[in-house]
Amino acid sequence: MGQITLENVTKSFGSTEVIPPLDLTIEDGEFCVFVGPSGCGKSTLLRLIAGLEDVTSGQILIDGAEATTTPPSKRGLAMVFQSYALYPHMSVRKNIAFPMRMAKIPAEEQERRIEAAARALNLTDYLDRRPGQLSGGQRQRVAIGRAIVREPAAFLFDEPLSNLDAALRVGMRLEISELHERLKTTMIYVTHDQVEAMTMADKIVVLRAGHIEQVGSPLDLYRAPRNLFVAGFIGSPKMNFIEGEEAARRGAATIGIRPEHIAVSTDSGPWAGTVSVSEHLGSDTFFHVQGTGLAETITVRADGEVGFRHGDRIHLTPRDDVIHRFDEQGLRIA
Amino acid sequence: MARATSTQRKLGTTLLAWAVGLLIFFPIYWTILTSFKTEAQAISDPPVFLFFDWTLENYSIVQERSDYMRFLWNSVIIAGGSTLLGILIAVPAAWSMAFVPSKRTKDILLWMLSTKMLPAVGVLYPISLIFVEFNLLDTRIGLVIVLMLINLPIIVWMLYTYFREIPGEILEAARMDGASLGKEILYVLTPMAVPGIASTILLNIILAWNEAFWTLNLTAANAAPLTAFIASYSSPEGLFFAKLSAASTMAIAPILILGWFSQKQLVRGLTFGAVK
Repeated sequence: MGQITLENVTKSFGSTEVIPPLDLTIEDGEFCVFVGPSGCGKSTLLRLIAGLEDVTSGQILIDGAEATTTPPSKRGLAMVFQSYALYPHMSVRKNIAFPMRMAKIPAEEQERRIEAAARALNLTDYLDRRPGQLSGGQRQRVAIGRAIVREPAAFLFDEPLSNLDAALRVGMRLEISELHERLKTTMIYVTHDQVEAMTMADKIVVLRAGHIEQVGSPLDLYRAPRNLFVAGFIGSPKMNFIEGEEAARRGAATIGIRPEHIAVSTDSGPWAGTVSVSEHLGSDTFFHVQGTGLAETITVRADGEVGFRHGDRIHLTPRDDVIHRFDEQGLRIA
Repeated sequence: MARATSTQRKLGTTLLAWAVGLLIFFPIYWTILTSFKTEAQAISDPPVFLFFDWTLENYSIVQERSDYMRFLWNSVIIAGGSTLLGILIAVPAAWSMAFVPSKRTKDILLWMLSTKMLPAVGVLYPISLIFVEFNLLDTRIGLVIVLMLINLPIIVWMLYTYFREIPGEILEAARMDGASLGKEILYVLTPMAVPGIASTILLNIILAWNEAFWTLNLTAANAAPLTAFIASYSSPEGLFFAKLSAASTMAIAPILILGWFSQKQLVRGLTFGAVK
């Protein structure tokens, strides 16, 4: 079991309020991602749940039980750190065994769980090495191994993939998702990378300056962002925002249109502009279009290879059914 | 150009280093040498360097007149005991300063260090009175406590700088893994800080071993360590240089040997914080 509830939680460092009053429930078995730009308080929030920071006021409940002042060692949560935080003086085997040793689990049971974790994480050949002799990906797997053997109520991940190179990151992302499918344990995952958030989460919590901007499934946030911030943060490339006459015509202060919802053509379409940069990925092509008179740059995504180049004049057709409308306060107009 | 001068430069610095090294070593060399001379040769003018009648006479006289082993044993207990006690107190202190610092941590550290600037004689009277009051005069336990207190600021400072190099996340990981504070310090922090703790221990054993002010002032016979053993061969009986040298050699030999075998750790300890 691992339901985590935050009630009216606040955190201040000195006179600086990092987390204003905040309520949030993470359901048992859920994969919940905290996402937001750096400094938005997402790591602080995770550390409050872990118990590594004390809340200034409010309550934290784990499975309905008051845990606000419970020390981290007694909360039954496991954490994977950005820097892996392995014990450098212990072998991989001893690193993985450490939480079980602290919990006084019998030696045979420890051994059984270590073997199982090592098999699942491809670490069997490395059990007797020190962390210093492992690659970044292997170290991250050891950190995950150390977290799973203690069978925690929930896993906390603090930007676990940001020290890995791009290819490894994608692989580890899949491994963590598979792990969640297999264990069905609550996972809270902090990242600034919205792609990680979109691909892994059951529920995304978008944070800005300690405030929760929106909570929802990845596709909820994609389809119905509550405000301009969420609209701009979720989705890659970023949503295009258009103000002025074009927006007013649709009864909004700002309209947003995602790059994948704009069609390109050589001769017809309501908007027209010049290609400043075209990015050809093979599977997709991205155009950065200028001179439309709508916004400085409009980003457009086209399926497959589309042969426009720098300087080409093109026409754009937005899909009217997926245009997002926002009022003067930047809030979504339903 | 750089290559051409570098050999010459190397030679120059090597010679200079040797010269300085020999200069520093000379008193020790001379003490050891003198301890093998007769009293007459020891004060002969011009001094004799190598060609004299080597004798072990001084050593046997010194051993006859005073029980070397008793002084040695006192030194071992006082130096070892004060260092061990200091480490036990300083590890938690340095832990809290390094990992949960407050606004005043730096001030506390400086204040602790500032006590080292007070001349020891300034507190001789109050400490003597306390010793009389608690019957600690001429006891090993009394000296262990005093030398521990004298060296504690240095022990805390050294451990603090070592601990600061250890990433806090690793200790947080231990906490998440279910380790209590004691286990976190015992199983994670201490093993990672072993090199630092070792050099701290070594340096403090040496400092306590060589400490002469308190050991001379607060002891008479029972708890007197090797510093008192040397002192007993100076003035009152006239200047018996050869015997004094023999006593000195016997007093410094153990610590010299310890220092020799732990050079690497010591250098790290003495330059703590300077190079990272």
